[in-house]
Amino acid sequence: MHILKLLFRNTFRHKLRTFLTILGVAIAILAFGLLRTVISTWYLGAEMASANRLVTRNAVSLVFPLPLSYKDKIRQIEGVKGVSYGTWFGGIYIDEKHFFANYAVEPKTYLEMFPEIILSPDQKSAVFRDRKSAVAGRKLAERYGWKISDIITLKGTIFPGNWDFILRGIYKGRDENVDETAFFFHWDYLNEALKKAGRSWADQVGWYMVEVTSPSMAAEVAVKIDQTFKNSLAETLTETEKAFHLSFIAMTEAIVIAIQMVSFVIIFIIMAVVANTMAMTARERIGEYSIFKTLGFGSFHISGLIFGESLFITMLGAALGIVLTFPAARIFSKALSTYFPVFNIATETIYLDIGASFIVAFVAAIFPAWRAINIRIADGLRRIG
Amino acid sequence: MASRTHIVEIRNLFKSYRRGNQILPVLNDITLDIDEGEFLALMGPSGSGKTTLLNLIAGIDRADSGIIKVGGIDITTLSETELAHWRATNVGFIFQLYNLIPVLTAFENVELPLLLTNLSRKERREHVEMALRVVNLTDRMNHYPGQLSGGQQQRVAIARAIIPDPAILVADEPTGDLDRASAEEILELMERLVHELGKTIIMVTHDPRAAKMAHIFMHLDKGVLNAHPQVTL
Repeated sequence: MHILKLLFRNTFRHKLRTFLTILGVAIAILAFGLLRTVISTWYLGAEMASANRLVTRNAVSLVFPLPLSYKDKIRQIEGVKGVSYGTWFGGIYIDEKHFFANYAVEPKTYLEMFPEIILSPDQKSAVFRDRKSAVAGRKLAERYGWKISDIITLKGTIFPGNWDFILRGIYKGRDENVDETAFFFHWDYLNEALKKAGRSWADQVGWYMVEVTSPSMAAEVAVKIDQTFKNSLAETLTETEKAFHLSFIAMTEAIVIAIQMVSFVIIFIIMAVVANTMAMTARERIGEYSIFKTLGFGSFHISGLIFGESLFITMLGAALGIVLTFPAARIFSKALSTYFPVFNIATETIYLDIGASFIVAFVAAIFPAWRAINIRIADGLRRIG
Repeated sequence: MASRTHIVEIRNLFKSYRRGNQILPVLNDITLDIDEGEFLALMGPSGSGKTTLLNLIAGIDRADSGIIKVGGIDITTLSETELAHWRATNVGFIFQLYNLIPVLTAFENVELPLLLTNLSRKERREHVEMALRVVNLTDRMNHYPGQLSGGQQQRVAIARAIIPDPAILVADEPTGDLDRASAEEILELMERLVHELGKTIIMVTHDPRAAKMAHIFMHLDKGVLNAHPQVTL
């Protein structure tokens, strides 16, 4: 207890230096936490993917469609529980800055296959009844102040023209990690318009979502689907929903790696800052450590004082940084909701913060402790005064 | 006068320091016996090796060769850990600059050596209060070193030195940083420790008045000790 009291008093001997170091650690942990959250958000789609769902797309590229006629053939394959389909619409609301994901789906099967999208029964039946209906996520509706029955106009980019939709549903996510900024509408509405215009995308879909009876069947079903359409005009590539998301992430891998590197650089910098503080502290107190040694205190006690102080300073900074991460994430999320529809601090991020802080505290104290332990008592005593 | 046992026995002690490529001899073939309950003053010019000899006797430095027995234990054979344990129970230190821990109160500074023992909190408090009574400083026990005068700080340091009830007390210029009145107070206190508590004190000093208080006074010059110690009392 006495040693803890000494450790505490030692920590605040140089109040300004300690305060600045704690502040430095707090800012570093805050930045580290936000960057790790960006990375985990990047992978969120893959993390949230269901093991029961497969995505079938054109083997050449996602930009090429698949015939609607594949739907029934896929449904007949053993192990398939349900099939849904969709097409990326890519419409613009107001202007390009107001980006949100929007796509055409077959709503009944789509909502059955995605239980994480929660829509009230009334809204669900209203959506199913009206072909011009659309569904928006809660956050998206809040962002633009949309209410049920509002008419929302999107300007088509892939499919030219102004497209009017009636908002019939506002969905909520089953948990906080579900994207609540998406917008979807009837694929039939899109298809009818394309047919009328005689466009090549008529009766074509962008992808199929396939639900399998059990995750253990996923690989087998994927192979069977692709074999079914082998040597056809539109060969398919079927993969798990997770693999599908990861293939998107792979396109931006360099950015993710860069963010990861920056997050580690931040930890390295703060390690140097804490090490500098501890080195200054230990150098100033080398005489005192010699007094302790003179009195019979061993290396264990001396290193305990130095490691303890380093840990105390770092953990105070880390605690402050973690506490600040939550409001900072909320601000970050609001400001960048277009790019990060979901921006929640994961529990793993907090563990990473704590783990990184422990490493910083430990590494920063190694050299000062080694120096204090190894200095000859007589030499240390000479430095007093 | 009945013969007393030697608490310190030094035989053929050599010590040198290395400065770059140079080897500087500091102590040259020192042989010395100190009896239990003696108050010995070591004098000599700066650089003569007084503090080095004191440090060697106290086990805070290592000799090149020779034997140093304190209380029958050859401390030159002890490992660093053994030496730390030995110092904790056998030697009390009094320094010129007091060497108190500034963030601890007088009470806590005196209590420090007892943290290495198995004494309970209550027992430690009793011991500390007793030691502070010996140095007549119970009324200042909750003061920090910065709130005490030099003489008072040195008295706290003496209380810290005597609290583990060590066999010997080593004092390196204990009055060197004090005014005359405080220095006399400290010397009288040290003499009381010898007479009333039977402690053995080895003191390095430049001050002839301090040396006069000692029973025995030895002179060290260029690492060589006077062959025949002069008895001053």
